[in-house]
Amino acid sequence: MDFAGAYQAGNLMYMLRGFAVTLEVAFISIILSFVIGSLLGILRYSKIPVVSHIVILVVEVIRNLPLLLIIFFVYFALPEIGIKFEIKSAAIVALTIFESAMISEIVRSGLNSIEKGQIEAARSSGLTYIQTMRIIILPQALKRMIPPLVSQFISLLKDTSLAIIIALPELLHNAKGIYNGNINYVIPIIILAILMYFVVNYALSLVARWLEKRLDTNRRNSAKQGKVKNTAASGGVSI
Amino acid sequence: MLDFSILTNYFDMYMEGFLNTLKISLVGLVCSFILGVIIAVLRIVPLKILNFIGACYVEFIRNIPLMIIAFFFYFGLSIYINMSGFVAGTIALTIYTSAFIAEAVRAGIQSVDKGQMEAARSSGLTYTQAMRIIILPQAIKIVIPPIGNQFLNLVKNSSIMAMIAGMDLMYFADAIHEKTYVTFDTYIFVAMFYLVITIPLSLLVNYLEKRMARAY
Repeated sequence: MDFAGAYQAGNLMYMLRGFAVTLEVAFISIILSFVIGSLLGILRYSKIPVVSHIVILVVEVIRNLPLLLIIFFVYFALPEIGIKFEIKSAAIVALTIFESAMISEIVRSGLNSIEKGQIEAARSSGLTYIQTMRIIILPQALKRMIPPLVSQFISLLKDTSLAIIIALPELLHNAKGIYNGNINYVIPIIILAILMYFVVNYALSLVARWLEKRLDTNRRNSAKQGKVKNTAASGGVSI
Repeated sequence: MLDFSILTNYFDMYMEGFLNTLKISLVGLVCSFILGVIIAVLRIVPLKILNFIGACYVEFIRNIPLMIIAFFFYFGLSIYINMSGFVAGTIALTIYTSAFIAEAVRAGIQSVDKGQMEAARSSGLTYTQAMRIIILPQAIKIVIPPIGNQFLNLVKNSSIMAMIAGMDLMYFADAIHEKTYVTFDTYIFVAMFYLVITIPLSLLVNYLEKRMARAY
């Protein structure tokens, strides 16, 4: 093991450049999959005939496939039917497809955890369905969805490492590039990469915990005021 | 249309990968369950230092990618200790999954009413006895659906074995692909093999979750 040699400036820069790609791909995929996942989740929740069924089928198939397979497929198989992406876009597309499906489940169970009586009450007080969703249901559901959503985002950040299969120049790929040349660098470089992943993900998970605690006290306070039934608390939301 | 001759011609290779994926997942499940329960117990016994060690393990492993754990064993440790991709991958999967199972088990144990532990202790059982006879059997029931979910993840995660010559389904897919030169069809069949395991499993987990929800 040669720590000093492994951590020379050039190598560190190369790792950081990889980490920048990791963060960039993760950030774009988080935004895209949050938007698309929310839409799919609402579609599943609102039980529109045919449309909801198609969404359920597609989401279930995607959720039950390995992400590694999806990434590989988007980059190597789709060109055979005329859909071509460059490496970075392929990684983002694949991550977005997979994580949207995961997020749609979180959104759906978050929405389901809100009592049906609230919709009925809102509708009978004259709000349209869209208004009910926007003003009454979504704000409450969003609160409950935040902790599992943040965990999913942590997952996504970790999952960017799978894009090594299509040679996306992210952190793990660059780390491998460095230690491939020198057997003494393997363990030092892998340890450094592990620490880099850990710092960012742990920070994110602290944010998740902080949010969870904050939202929990909110819930307790409002329970005191008799606004939220405790039985529904965090009902179907699982991390 | 899909070229089904790929499936029939290379069925043996598909099956070998499929069975290996199953094997890795089952071995991984058993090992990570045992390790996970141990870590969960570490986190709740009334001894601060053990709690801390358990918490560190879970926090550390949950926040790093599985792939890098696999690389650590396959490319790193294998310099000093000889191990195949299959062994390295299974160890990595076990370590990674055990952290998630530990969390599920801990949540399960803590959801059992505190009064039960107090009652068991005051009726003369030792802490270990109370844990083993009173608390764990109740906790296990609560913990089954989330562990089912982890098994589902384990099956999907086992695909990373392909990156370290682990002889799983994705690895054999690559071998088939080298013969057919058709990516799309070859990998659609791979997807189907995965779905054969994961879809029934996720239906089962859904069913168990619903049943658990009704029990309360």
